[in-house]
Amino acid sequence: MALLQIAEPGQSELPHEHKLAVGIDLGTTNSLVATVRSGMAVVLNDEDGRALLPSVVRYTPEGEVVVGIEAQAEQARDPKNTIVSVKRFMGRGLEDIGHVESAPYDFQVAPGMVRLKTRAGVKSPVEVSADILKVLRTRAEAALGGELVGAVITVPAYFDDAQRQATKDAARLAGLNVLRLLNEPTAAAIAYGLDNGSEGIYAVYDLGGGTFDISILRLSKGVFEVMSTGGDSALGGDDFDQRILCWISETAKLAPLAAMDARLLLTKAREAKEYLTGHNEAPITAKLTSGELVNLKLSAEVFNDITQTLVAKTLQPCKKALRDAGLRPTDVKGVVMVGGATRIPAIQKAVGEFFRQEPLTNLDPDKVVAIGAATQANLLAGNRNPGDDWLLLDVIPLSLGLETMGGLTEKVIPRNSTIPVARAQEFTTFKDGQTAMAIHVVQGERELVSDCRSLARFELRGIPPMVAGAPRIRVTFQVDADGLLSVTAREQTSGVEASVAVKPSYGLTDDEITGMLQSSLEHAKDDAFRRALQEARVEADRLLEATEAALKEDPHLLDAGERARVDVALEKLRTVIQGEDRHAINHGMDLLALETNEFAARRMDQSIKRALAGKRVDDVKIGEEE
Amino acid sequence: MDFNADHFTLFGLPRVFNVDLGVLDARFREAQAQVHPDKFADASEADRRLSMQWATRVNEAYQALKKPLPRAQYLLHLAGQDVGAENNTAMPVDFLMEQMEWREAVQEARQAGQVDELEDLHFRLRDQIAERYAELGTLFDQQADYPAAADLTRRLMFLEKLQHDIDEALVALEDQ
Repeated sequence: MALLQIAEPGQSELPHEHKLAVGIDLGTTNSLVATVRSGMAVVLNDEDGRALLPSVVRYTPEGEVVVGIEAQAEQARDPKNTIVSVKRFMGRGLEDIGHVESAPYDFQVAPGMVRLKTRAGVKSPVEVSADILKVLRTRAEAALGGELVGAVITVPAYFDDAQRQATKDAARLAGLNVLRLLNEPTAAAIAYGLDNGSEGIYAVYDLGGGTFDISILRLSKGVFEVMSTGGDSALGGDDFDQRILCWISETAKLAPLAAMDARLLLTKAREAKEYLTGHNEAPITAKLTSGELVNLKLSAEVFNDITQTLVAKTLQPCKKALRDAGLRPTDVKGVVMVGGATRIPAIQKAVGEFFRQEPLTNLDPDKVVAIGAATQANLLAGNRNPGDDWLLLDVIPLSLGLETMGGLTEKVIPRNSTIPVARAQEFTTFKDGQTAMAIHVVQGERELVSDCRSLARFELRGIPPMVAGAPRIRVTFQVDADGLLSVTAREQTSGVEASVAVKPSYGLTDDEITGMLQSSLEHAKDDAFRRALQEARVEADRLLEATEAALKEDPHLLDAGERARVDVALEKLRTVIQGEDRHAINHGMDLLALETNEFAARRMDQSIKRALAGKRVDDVKIGEEE
Repeated sequence: MDFNADHFTLFGLPRVFNVDLGVLDARFREAQAQVHPDKFADASEADRRLSMQWATRVNEAYQALKKPLPRAQYLLHLAGQDVGAENNTAMPVDFLMEQMEWREAVQEARQAGQVDELEDLHFRLRDQIAERYAELGTLFDQQADYPAAADLTRRLMFLEKLQHDIDEALVALEDQ
């Protein structure tokens, strides 16, 4: 049709192809995927018409990965292999996680991030999150009928670098091209602002399952400018459930709970909390594994009483965010409520009193983040129509700093700086002939390094020996539009480039470090590659040895076909280990792990059976000896 | 736009202390609308890196001009006038006395946990600071008296630091 080719000035001549992009709200309790279809942002449902995918992943004895409501249904029966609220563990060490004692998992301490031991093997929170994302990706591709160009993944505004990096890694692991990590409150503001054509100062109060964010934004003429943000990345609706659980235990005088009972009662606690949104009293009944019956009534009054401190805990960051933005509560034109927990009447009341106005609840608090993310994804993918354009200016939530003498932090980039942002800092030596220097990057507001999050440790080596104070080492910190940090270093005076060795503590992944080194210094590249290669070889050797030993011990657990596939994987790994390609070695290990997954599960089952029937095994042995 | 231009030139603004903040805001947004990484999310790796560098540059310029103290420091820097932040801390005795009184008041209020008192100090100081910035505008834009502007800027550095400490004290009290 000729008509189609007549374009308005400024409009593209051909109606361009619509690129498939989605927004994903990867929540603590529930996750959602949304997209823009015919100019409308819509949440995509599963085959049963459900929008919310419970963020629950179960690794079944059959070797399947089940995500969502089916996994949720099994959580009390199979607590160790059913991971709920995995978002709380993203980018976190064991010591950072609250309520460890009541979480029914086999935690494993690992450098940087905690791991979870399941029947499907030891899982990092990144892998578990990737399993959730894979389901959403499949859902989206089925609904849209094609491969996705990319996705916008939302994160709590208050997530630090390690948590953001973990989220991005999870998305990559799930095969998603991350167009942007978007702060949840900002996503909500987009959904709200574009819908209502709002101008002025808005606050977004976002209380999710496990995280709390407050963002103060200025909306004007198509610009969403975050002025300040605050929050608590370990406070959410889950904590309200936890309080109810404690109340149940105390009131019913229960003995310390077994994992299954804890899960059951947490579910009951959540149901009671939700029931209290529309009622004055919630019944709580449960039958514990011991046969003991719990039969209680929780009144709204008692609920408000036991959760009062949690509500108050959200108002402190609100105050701080306002002060950071240089504003008073009355400057705020509207307060957008986001997250399922904002349905709690006591929260709406407290927020209303704090900002001296009725909070806005006209958008579904469960969906608004995904809707905003989809809208932004559509824009980023290049599907913008003329005039349909806006600009988003976000900030970093926590200051970035360096360790100085005496374990103190020196801020390099202050919190609430608009991103992307960079800052260069010069360092020098304090001893004559000093050739190396340690640099420790931390994130947080506290004065002591030990109270901040450690992001990375660098050692600058190969500084030419000079008089103390003569070398000039320029270290550049760059925070990109995803809020992620990268660091580069260079010795200025000598013309000789200093080498950098990076010891990752939190957040920074292998690849990021490699990228960091590539963009910086030549020697360092070799060094780091050598080390990474060496580490990969050692790890691969260990894996080979363990697998071979296991195969000798339990050859009967594999049928011929399975055994052949394992043997192929073993051979491949043995070959690549001789080479210089670290990625090939890693890939070989992944392949072997994949092929031996089921074998490992069976071995685990067998050893459990043996342990349970310990005596009989011994008896058999004695019998053999006779 | 020229990557290496000074911040005023970058935004097409006259090199003055009393910048039109409305125009600055508008120019900043126009610039970001051109270079922000969100405009290049589907572009090549090289373009994305370039966009990030540009957006970083625009943010840096905006930060330097948005608030009066960094703006004054930047103007002095452009004029080649040393603000003497590090090597010229000798301030008049009466100014230092006044500072000590303020600091004692903050200290007392903090120890006594008097939030109202601290807030009162915050607003009183804010008014004082505003007055001096008005003065600074005259020194820069009418009189072009850079040594005097440097002197006043140095005082304002003390006052802003004091204001910052009052706010920190308030936060500390509220977090208790």
